[in-house]
Amino acid sequence: MLDGRPALGRMIPALTAGTISAPMTTTPDVLIRARALTKQFGALTAVDGVDFDVHVGEAFGFLGPNGAGKTSTMRMIACSSPMSSGELSVVGMNPTKQGAQIKARLGVVPQIDNLDAELTVLENLLMYARYFDIPGESARARAAELLDFVQLTDRANDQVEPLSGGMKRRLTIARALINEPELILLDEPTTGLDPQARHLVWDRLYRLKSRGVTLVITTHYMDEAEQLCDRLVVMDHAKIVAEGSPRELIERYSTREVLELRLTDATRASLNGRLDSVAERVEDLPDRILLYAADGEQALEKIHAQQIPIESALVRRSTLEDVFLRLTGRTLIE
Amino acid sequence: MTAGTSPLTALRVTQRNLLVYRRTWRGSVFGSFLTPLLYLGALGVGLGSFIAAQDTDALGGFTYLQFLGPGLLASTCMQTASFEATFPIMGKISWRRNYEAILATPLQVHHLLFGEAGWMTFRLTSISTVFLIVLVIFGIPTSPLALLAIPAAILTGLAFFLAIMAFTATQKNDAGFAAIFRFVVNPLFLFSGTFFPVDRLPDGLEFIASLTPLYHGVALVRGVVLAGPDLASWPVHLAYLVVFSSIAGFLAYTTLRRRLVK
Ligand SMILES: Nc1ncnc2c1ncn2[C@@H]1O[C@H](COP(=O)(O)OP(=O)(O)O)[C@@H](O)[C@H]1O
Ligand SMILES: [Mg+2]
Repeated sequence: MLDGRPALGRMIPALTAGTISAPMTTTPDVLIRARALTKQFGALTAVDGVDFDVHVGEAFGFLGPNGAGKTSTMRMIACSSPMSSGELSVVGMNPTKQGAQIKARLGVVPQIDNLDAELTVLENLLMYARYFDIPGESARARAAELLDFVQLTDRANDQVEPLSGGMKRRLTIARALINEPELILLDEPTTGLDPQARHLVWDRLYRLKSRGVTLVITTHYMDEAEQLCDRLVVMDHAKIVAEGSPRELIERYSTREVLELRLTDATRASLNGRLDSVAERVEDLPDRILLYAADGEQALEKIHAQQIPIESALVRRSTLEDVFLRLTGRTLIE
Repeated sequence: MTAGTSPLTALRVTQRNLLVYRRTWRGSVFGSFLTPLLYLGALGVGLGSFIAAQDTDALGGFTYLQFLGPGLLASTCMQTASFEATFPIMGKISWRRNYEAILATPLQVHHLLFGEAGWMTFRLTSISTVFLIVLVIFGIPTSPLALLAIPAAILTGLAFFLAIMAFTATQKNDAGFAAIFRFVVNPLFLFSGTFFPVDRLPDGLEFIASLTPLYHGVALVRGVVLAGPDLASWPVHLAYLVVFSSIAGFLAYTTLRRRLVK
């Protein structure tokens, strides 16, 4: 019971046992279904008619720049924010009418940590367990398990404030797991963390996923989306602009490889479209030129053949960043 | 699991505050003992010795110490409740986002409100109990009826707690709190019958003073502590405080909901 695995493993049978009562037209393996989902704040449309399905057991991502509407979407799913129009079903229930029942089955990691700074690490978990009506004894066992899972056992009796950003994030994740949720919503789980802290968070999320927990993640980091998500939607200006697995998206919207060139301003000025023939697509960015081609080295050879002077050249594989650039004409992090 | 459906669920919010209070209660109880002791010593006994020589008819035949003691009890409850409804609530709404965290669980806005009111009731109970003990030490209460001062003082405190919480829920930051203390809490403390009967005010001001919840709170607490002669006015004060608190509670719910659910 205390070693962490059996209790967390119990989430899976709970899912497959058909506990989901579905008043809406959801197939059993769809945990979240949104159709024309819209959120307005006065005149501003933060989420503009988005459609998506999240399936049991997958890691589903919302990738998009700041202000795209990711948090607004997450808050509607979490039943924290009423939708303005459209249809939404979460774990087979209606957020407008069954918010409390849905929340009982969710874990939420908000974009900005909202741990209780007046309580200790352990008390944060125990108090949260009380909000979910989890009786004292199982709450204590569960809290001990979770502290172990997020590697905070030795900080159990410390105050929250002196913890590092990564530790607070892990504690927030542990807190979100206290009610053994089948679905966890993580809003920018690693924003602001240093690389090491980030990898630690990613590692815990992999483990959750391998235990069958469904993850919904928002991020504006393409590497995070590629690392964690089985499937994702790209959001921009309140709309979904593409949907698929990271690999599908790259295949659909980019080439296999990218040649990144840095040229002097004089060279750039004298190009006159001479690069267009060596690649399928050319993106002119302020500091570099991206050439999209199946074979980057071959493209580079063609450029050498044209005797264009190059300051530096780099061949790399396409990423979701390239997908985003293709779809919106902008980079993810400006 | 049916968390969130029972009204007792609100007690979780109370419990959370008690958990925090566990670390600070000693200092706070000491403070709530010391403050009335100082006030009653300086004003009731010290200043009161002058007043005795002047005019005790205006005080309904009681000594100034007897007059002041229960008034201060009601005023102290107002002050504590007002403070608790400002900075700590603002912290939970926006600085520390405790309410956001709680609302991600099955608890809802009304649980927050009832939970905080439960917590406030606990605090007011302990403050007024300690205060009443001090009054007994000074020999002020005239009958066991004085025990009713505790619920009366709690009701006075809750009226302010709920009304100011409604205000806090509409505020972006703490800039408005200074005004609440400067223009509401402190003037009421001075002019609503704690230190002198309101009939000593000019007519217009007397009328305004008699409309404030502190006036009714002071009158009710004083009435029960001194087993005052004007029994007929008790239901009026009580009804006023109940109606005021209900309206304030409703406003606190609406403003809090508008602030937190969007
Ligand atoms: N409570 C709110 N009131 C008004 N506008 C809001 C509110 N929350 C978000 N917005 C606006 O909605 C848009 C989308 O925001 P958000 O969902 O936070 O995007 P993201 O999480 O992708 O950065 C932004 O323009 C933001 O300013
Ligand atoms: Mg966001």
